[in-house]
Amino acid sequence: MLNRPVYMDNAAATRLDERVLEAMKPYFFDIYAVATSEFAYSQGIEAREALDVAREALAAALGAAPEEFIFTSGSTESSNIALKGVALALGNKKGKHIIVSKIEDFPVLYSSRVLEKQGLQVTYLDVDSDGFVDLDKLRDSITDETILVSIQHANQEIGTIQNIEDIGRICREKGVLFHTDATHTFPRVSLDVKKIPVDLVTLSAHTIHGPKGIGGLYIRQGTQIAKWVDGGFQEFNLRAGLENIPGAVGFAKAVQLVTPEETERLQAMRDRIIDRMIAEIPNSTLNGHRWKRLPQNANITFHFVEGESITLHLDMHGIAVSTGSACFSRSLEGSHVIFGIGGDHERAHGSIRFTFGRYNTMEDVDAVVQTLAEVVQELRSISPLGKEK
Amino acid sequence: MRFPYSETVLEHFRHPRNVGKIENADGKAIEGSPACGDMVSVYISVDPNTNKLTDIKFESYGCASNIATGSIITELAKGKTLDEAKKITWKDASEALGGLPKIKAHCSVLAVEGLRSAIENYEERHGMVRDRKPTTVETVRRRLKKVMNPLSGLDLVRTNLVRDIEVNDGAVRVVVDLPADNQFASAIKDEIVQKIEPLWDVKKVAVEFTE
Repeated sequence: MLNRPVYMDNAAATRLDERVLEAMKPYFFDIYAVATSEFAYSQGIEAREALDVAREALAAALGAAPEEFIFTSGSTESSNIALKGVALALGNKKGKHIIVSKIEDFPVLYSSRVLEKQGLQVTYLDVDSDGFVDLDKLRDSITDETILVSIQHANQEIGTIQNIEDIGRICREKGVLFHTDATHTFPRVSLDVKKIPVDLVTLSAHTIHGPKGIGGLYIRQGTQIAKWVDGGFQEFNLRAGLENIPGAVGFAKAVQLVTPEETERLQAMRDRIIDRMIAEIPNSTLNGHRWKRLPQNANITFHFVEGESITLHLDMHGIAVSTGSACFSRSLEGSHVIFGIGGDHERAHGSIRFTFGRYNTMEDVDAVVQTLAEVVQELRSISPLGKEK
Repeated sequence: MRFPYSETVLEHFRHPRNVGKIENADGKAIEGSPACGDMVSVYISVDPNTNKLTDIKFESYGCASNIATGSIITELAKGKTLDEAKKITWKDASEALGGLPKIKAHCSVLAVEGLRSAIENYEERHGMVRDRKPTTVETVRRRLKKVMNPLSGLDLVRTNLVRDIEVNDGAVRVVVDLPADNQFASAIKDEIVQKIEPLWDVKKVAVEFTE
């Protein structure tokens, strides 16, 4: 037991890195103008420069040109722009069909449902027991009416990394736009748009110790997409709204601070937590693929117990994690991801997600394994399920 | 530290009372909700001379509200007569716990149901039940009073969400005054089916939404 809190919910939000805050500070107190004011006064020029530098750095991290990257308020908005913007541009011109996977995160899923109500046809592709989209099924689902395929780079809950290179190739062959939500991969898992045929990529700073409220959308040159947020002419006239300069600067700094060494360190924690939990806690099942998964994500179901009870007990020990249990969700539905990979209520009920970040240590991992083993044992002792006859 | 539950809920969650099984229990019941996935078992011992609950135990496969409610009802019911214990409501349990979040109402109703079902189980086994009556619209409505609306923490009947009930030769149709894409629609539907299906003469339950 550690005498400090352990935060292992870095997929939901991360602690801001002080260096990111330092980089952002001048744009709150000294250069607080927006880039739009560049022809009015010199602070505007400095704001414009800061925005351009941040944009260049972020675009470069994807292998993109600066003109192909727009800032947004986060990944929710980015995915909304991608789906609704493409539907608006091509829905009446090319066709009214889009394809998404069943285990997409809510921005893609709920944007799809809204488009469905507007008269578009949506195919929700099944995934296999690890969470992978079947490439043949994808190919067969694309019709002359299809305008967009949206399949995530990696899953927000079970961490499975899709084969987006092949998915992109299929979309390219068929002449269909391809959007991927890279909220949880960028920049820890490489995604080079020069090599991968992808047209739109959703990004966010909140998963990498950057500020909340800033994200990005990569839009490949020539992609047909309509403006979704209307107002001024910011972001190449693709997304109106005052530029969030401190956010943009913080996002670029956060990306710069992510190193391959750090990602390896997170992966070592992931591997240790998975191996120890599965070996030491009976009746536990890994959700998602064992190694084709996010380096910072582990997701395990502890059978015969309920996830919210686990998280509350852990919270009393100062440990923060997340669960796919219906009792925890605001809609009282179990995780659609666990159902998507063929799991039932029982599997969603006791699923716990651990996501690592810069401030976690191996010591945290061992403390969490030990506390969790105790909590699960305690809850199982009061559960009517799983008892030896 | 701050928690989304009252001190009493946390106390019962951390140290649930009367946990376990009673071997050769006089009455027992398992209540489960596929919507939430929670499950509760309740075991009772009854003194046949006084009709009082001499012992009661529970087990829970559920969230904090479920565990805490299971624990509190065992305390509320112990020593009471069967008729007194049957009258314990979800509201009594919730008040004894210092209140529960609205959205958690349906998780905790389960434990209260468990107690009633265990008593009914005892009464059935001891010939205390009158003849089985056919299911009517009124029976269905009574059962729907145990399905919670997660928006308000009150039941569907009280919150006027039941638009229509039809009972026709074992087929029950319930129309709920909510759009089908309401965030709770699927949870509510599962719970209605789970409450109506066990009625002895019900063969089919259809739940419809108004939009």
